[in-house]
Amino acid sequence: MRLTRFAPLLLIPFLTIGAVQAAEVQVAVAANFTAPIQAIATDFEKDTGHKLVAAYGATGQFYTQIKNGAPFEVFLAADDTTPAKLESEGDTVKGSRFTYAVGTLALWSAKDGYVDNQGQVLKHNDFQHLSIANPKAAPYGLAATQVLDKLGLTTQVKSKLVEGQNITQAYQFVSTGNAELGFVALSQVYKDGKVTGGSAWIVPADLHDPIKQDAVILTKGRDNPAAVALVDYLKGPKAAAIIQAYGYQR
Amino acid sequence: MPLTSADYAAIWLTLKLASLTTVILLIIGTPIALWLSRTRSWLRGPVGAVVALPLVLPPTVIGFYLLLALGPNGWIGQITQALGLGTLTFSFTGLVIGSVIYSMPFVVQPLQNAFAAIGSRPLEVAATLRAGPWDTFFSVILPLARPGFVTAAILGFAHTVGEFGVVLMIGGNIPEKTRVVSVQIYDHVEALEYAQAHWLAAAMLVFSFLVLLALYSSRRTRAGWS
Repeated sequence: MRLTRFAPLLLIPFLTIGAVQAAEVQVAVAANFTAPIQAIATDFEKDTGHKLVAAYGATGQFYTQIKNGAPFEVFLAADDTTPAKLESEGDTVKGSRFTYAVGTLALWSAKDGYVDNQGQVLKHNDFQHLSIANPKAAPYGLAATQVLDKLGLTTQVKSKLVEGQNITQAYQFVSTGNAELGFVALSQVYKDGKVTGGSAWIVPADLHDPIKQDAVILTKGRDNPAAVALVDYLKGPKAAAIIQAYGYQR
Repeated sequence: MPLTSADYAAIWLTLKLASLTTVILLIIGTPIALWLSRTRSWLRGPVGAVVALPLVLPPTVIGFYLLLALGPNGWIGQITQALGLGTLTFSFTGLVIGSVIYSMPFVVQPLQNAFAAIGSRPLEVAATLRAGPWDTFFSVILPLARPGFVTAAILGFAHTVGEFGVVLMIGGNIPEKTRVVSVQIYDHVEALEYAQAHWLAAAMLVFSFLVLLALYSSRRTRAGWS
C-alpha cells in the first residue's frame, strides 16, 4: 500500500515536543483524585509533551504495592501519613513531598432534595443505609467517623453503616441507590463550583481533621524528568485551578 | 492464637455462609444436574452454558450486576420491596444469593458427571421392577452418585469460603453480617496490619489445603475400590 505517503505524519509527535525530551511517568493516584488528575493529565501532556500513565486505588493498597516493587514513580496519596511513612523508610526522593490538595467531605444522596444543606437528614435518622469508606484504610472514611462522633450520632447510626473498601465504592453504593446517602469526597460529585447531581451537604472543615493529601516522588522516579515535571505542574496555577474546581482546597 | 474477636466473627460468618450455600445448591443443583445429564432438549446447551458462566466471569461482573439487580431500582430489588422484604444488598441473605450463583457450577458439574456416569441401564432395570421416579432416585441414583455428591458438596463449600469479589461488591463490610474472612484479610492488609493478615491468611491456606487433600484422597480410595 501507499503507507510511505503518510510517513511524514510519524514525525509529528517529535516536532511538537521540540527541545524537551518526552518521557512517560507512572503515577499512583488516590481514588478520590481520579477526575481531577484526568483533567490535569490532558493539560500536562499538551504543555510538556510528557505522557502520564495513572493507576487509581486505595492509598493503603498502593503503599503495599510500592513496598513490594510496583513501578510507580509519583504517588498522589489520599493522606499525608502514608507518603511520610514512605519517606522515613527511604522509598522517596528526599524533599519532594508536598500537599497537593486538601480534601473536602460531602454527605451526598443520588436523590434530589434528600440531603439538606445543614446535614439535618442525619439527625432525623430516617434511612436504612449510610455509606462510608473503610475508616481503617481511607482518610475520607476516617473523617466521616470523626464527623459522626462530633455530631454525637455514632451510636445512633452504627447499625446503618455500610463500608466501601475505598471512597469510590462508598460513592458507588449511594449512586446505585443501595444506600440512601453516604459520605463521599466532594470531588466525586462536584464540578465547576456546584454539585453535579442529587443533593449534598458540604461538611464544614471544623468537624474533622484536615484531609491533607500529599504527593511524593518515589525512588523509581528519581531520574525521570517527567516525574519532576509533573510535580512542578501540580504546584502551578493551571493545576491549582482544576483542583479547586473539583472542590478541593489548596 | 492471636486472632481478634472480629476475626472469629468473620470465620463463623464464613462457615455459616458456606454451609447454607452448599445445602441450597445441593437442593436446587440436583434437579438441574439430573436434567442436564438426561435431556435431549436443545435447551441443554444454553442451560449448561448459563450454569458454567460463573466459572469464567470475573466476580466483579457478578457483583456489579447483583448490586444493580438487588438495589432499589433493580428488578430483584423491586420484587423484594413489593414483598415487604426491603432490599437485599448489605444483608446476609444477599450474600447467600450471590454465593449460590457464584458457586453453582462447582456443585452442578460434579453432580452432572456422576449422573451421566450411571448411564441409562440401572434406570431401565429399576423401571422394569416398577420403581416410581422417587423410588428410583432414592434407591438407585442417590447411592450410585454418592461420590459425586461428596465432591459437589466439598467444592461448593470450599469455593464459597474462597469467595471475595462478589461479597466485596454487595456486602458493605458489616461485622457479623457480611464481613467474611476474605474481606477481613483484605481489611487487615489495607490497614497495614500484616501480622493479623498473616494469621488469618495462613489459617485459610491450611483449611483449603486440608479440604482439597480430603477430596483428592477420597478420590484415590474410590478408584481403588471400583
